[in-house]
Amino acid sequence: MKNDLTAKERMAIPRHDMPEQSPEIRKNNFEEVPLGYSEETAIKEAQRCLQCKKPKCVQGCPVNVHIPEFINKVAEGDFDSAQKILLDTNSLPAICGRVCPQETQCEELCILANKGEAVAVGRLERFVADTARLKAETSASQKTEITKPDPSARKIAIVGSGPSGLSCAADLLQAGYNVTLFEALHEAGGVLVYGIPEFRLPKSIVKSEIDALLAKGANMITNAVIGRLYTIDDLLDEEGFSAVFIGTGAGTPKFLNIPGENLIGVYSSNEFLTRVNLMKAYKSDARTPVIRGNHVAVFGAGNTAMDSARTALRIGADNVYIMYRRSRTEMPARIEEIHHAEQEGVKLDLLVNPLEFKGDDKGWLKSVVCQRMELGEPDDSGRRRPVPIEGSEFETQIDVAIIAVGTSSNPLIRQTTPDLPMNKWGYIEADDDGITGKKGVFAGGDIVTGAATVIEAMGAGKKAAAAIINYVSC
Amino acid sequence: MPYKILEKKTLADNVISLWVEAPQIAKKRKAGQFIILRPNDKSERIPLTIAGVKKDAGAIRLIAQVVGDTTRELADLNEGDFIRDLAGPLGHPTPIKNYGTVACIGGGIGVAPMLPIAAAMKEAGNHVVTIVGARTKELLILEDELREASSEFIITTDDGSYGEKGFVTDVLKKRIADSAKIDFAAAIGPVPMMKAVAAVTKEAGIPTIASLNTIMIDGTGMCGGCRVTIGGEVKYTCVDGPEFDAHQVDFDELQNRLGTYREQENKEEHNCKLEGKV
Ligand SMILES: Cc1cc2nc3c(=O)[nH]c(=O)nc-3n(C[C@H](O)[C@H](O)[C@H](O)COP(=O)(O)OP(=O)(O)OC[C@H]3O[C@@H](n4cnc5c(N)ncnc54)[C@H](O)[C@@H]3O)c2cc1C
Ligand code: SF4
Repeated sequence: MKNDLTAKERMAIPRHDMPEQSPEIRKNNFEEVPLGYSEETAIKEAQRCLQCKKPKCVQGCPVNVHIPEFINKVAEGDFDSAQKILLDTNSLPAICGRVCPQETQCEELCILANKGEAVAVGRLERFVADTARLKAETSASQKTEITKPDPSARKIAIVGSGPSGLSCAADLLQAGYNVTLFEALHEAGGVLVYGIPEFRLPKSIVKSEIDALLAKGANMITNAVIGRLYTIDDLLDEEGFSAVFIGTGAGTPKFLNIPGENLIGVYSSNEFLTRVNLMKAYKSDARTPVIRGNHVAVFGAGNTAMDSARTALRIGADNVYIMYRRSRTEMPARIEEIHHAEQEGVKLDLLVNPLEFKGDDKGWLKSVVCQRMELGEPDDSGRRRPVPIEGSEFETQIDVAIIAVGTSSNPLIRQTTPDLPMNKWGYIEADDDGITGKKGVFAGGDIVTGAATVIEAMGAGKKAAAAIINYVSC
Repeated sequence: MPYKILEKKTLADNVISLWVEAPQIAKKRKAGQFIILRPNDKSERIPLTIAGVKKDAGAIRLIAQVVGDTTRELADLNEGDFIRDLAGPLGHPTPIKNYGTVACIGGGIGVAPMLPIAAAMKEAGNHVVTIVGARTKELLILEDELREASSEFIITTDDGSYGEKGFVTDVLKKRIADSAKIDFAAAIGPVPMMKAVAAVTKEAGIPTIASLNTIMIDGTGMCGGCRVTIGGEVKYTCVDGPEFDAHQVDFDELQNRLGTYREQENKEEHNCKLEGKV
């Protein structure tokens, strides 16, 4: 198939929506919400791409996916080649296509975004990766053989199996190194498995990406809490690793520090989501309990808050409120997630600041007292600072509160690696290539930048892989 | 990684002792640390203190009382079976040094985690006075091993069926009243017991640590489910503990939070012998 429309013809095609489960149905299940493009829709959407000579979208992507090239292959109907092009720069396209905030990355810079609607880069990426995965799953001949790592190759340790660790591992394996990943939890994937819910990122997709890595010879050791089971120095000095990459994420939850926060029914979003996602509390045969509130308030307005709110609805809440100090324009979540949450019936309670949780005599959460805010002058972040309105206090009855106001750095490695330089927030200091102040130690992802995005963590893992290769071959 | 059960024994009604193959944990662990395990792939993750170690055999000892689903699933495993997941050693070790005289006060299943602490304290040169409490004689565990790990060993039972009748705090108060010297105390057991011990030692001015057994999921500081209030500040039991200054712990809040899932667990037959004991 030729991709030879004129620019005018391309611009005449409207952007294609993805079919979705209807809100009424999906708010009662954990199945994925968007259903993906059909071949026909994908080709039509791909034909919208103007194939710019100097594509801006590529600069918006933290790993610089060759966007026009892969989209051209989709328009030609050559999905295999499209997948190959994606994999050149992005080892987890099925995941990025689903969870990247495209509207502030690739799609924001698309030339068509000014004139109307950007090419649906993320949706096309998802389509290509899904098509490739389905094909691999159905063709028996494609059964991947497990490559045994070369025992004589240099050994590299990767701490944490989130997106940064996985992408770092992929590139090191590609270059022939002997790679071992150490993961603290019983399952690999980081936030992709314990945080982001099934209805947004099916765990089977994460699993197939990880299986592919294992097939390439990665050695995955779960239940391995680095800092305790082995220190970073143990790995370098005693276990024979030539270099260590730290990609442990920013997984320590922040709380609001207001009275009543330790009442029963107040969760961090990490705990709530981990109970439901990793421990599968939504399934009847899983043993891990979770409080299924009737009236749930979620504090914060990022992706984590949206995921928590939508999860609370799905496990049975009648009312779910998102309570946020600022206004809609400042909400950091992906627009699509806010839109999905509202469609499902999540209520946004904006410009609201929690002051206190109140409980009953048995220590169970009963209500939250908040005050209304208005926007004042811009603060350091450039966003208008919310200021309290005197006398606007009000009380809302709730039985579950989920705190999703961000995370800070996990203390385990910090406590046990005193000579690894950290910044004042406790994150590891590393340059753009992931080089830290400790010899042989590299770092990337949320543990360096603070909570960010999947694709940025992946990008950091890739850069660090290059730096590690450079380091061990010198 | 294989976590094979090398030996399984019943210590008392509903209390099991397991030796589990975990060589690297055996090598690294210190007294006071714990692990998190999942008996099978549907199970919850629960914390258990490491009650002993055989470095040569690469094995750690776990002692558990069957109080809910997960401990029952664990107790259903036999010698030769594998525990699905086991991560550790977690938490900070006990601050072991020569204090002089150390009182190790354990109640109920809490005597199991006390065993390695008493042994390490004795090895560090302390005179170790171990006081253990049980509701009744049949529920007393690890008697011989504790006796060996201690310089003095005192048993109390609520009903007087063995040792002295009464609570561990009765013995403790008496010793303090008799002006016996105690330089440091460690308390592990049901929350009301630790609270009572802390009240006694606070009055007597004896520095005391309590090892807190909160609800946990990951044990790595990622969920905050194990948060406790220590001297007005929120701490995570998994990465900041499990031992804290007993005089600073908000035991009432801890007791409340431990009850979070009681109703859900109660739907199953649930017989928790730890509750309400002093
Ligand atoms: C609920 C939620 C929703 C999100 N939604 C989006 C989204 O839609 N789009 C987007 O781009 N980003 C999203 N993010 C952010 C994104 O997931 C993170 O930026 C990204 O996962 C960071 O990757 P990472 O590799 O740095 O760390 P993580 O994914 O956090 O992985 C770190 C891993 O290291 C392990 N680990 C930690 N300490 C140790 C140790 N001491 N020893 C061994 N292992 C250890 C952890 O268990 C974990 O598995 C979301 C985050 C959350 C929490
Ligand atoms: S990886 Fe993310 S940012 Fe890059 S092109 Fe794909 S969707 Fe856009």
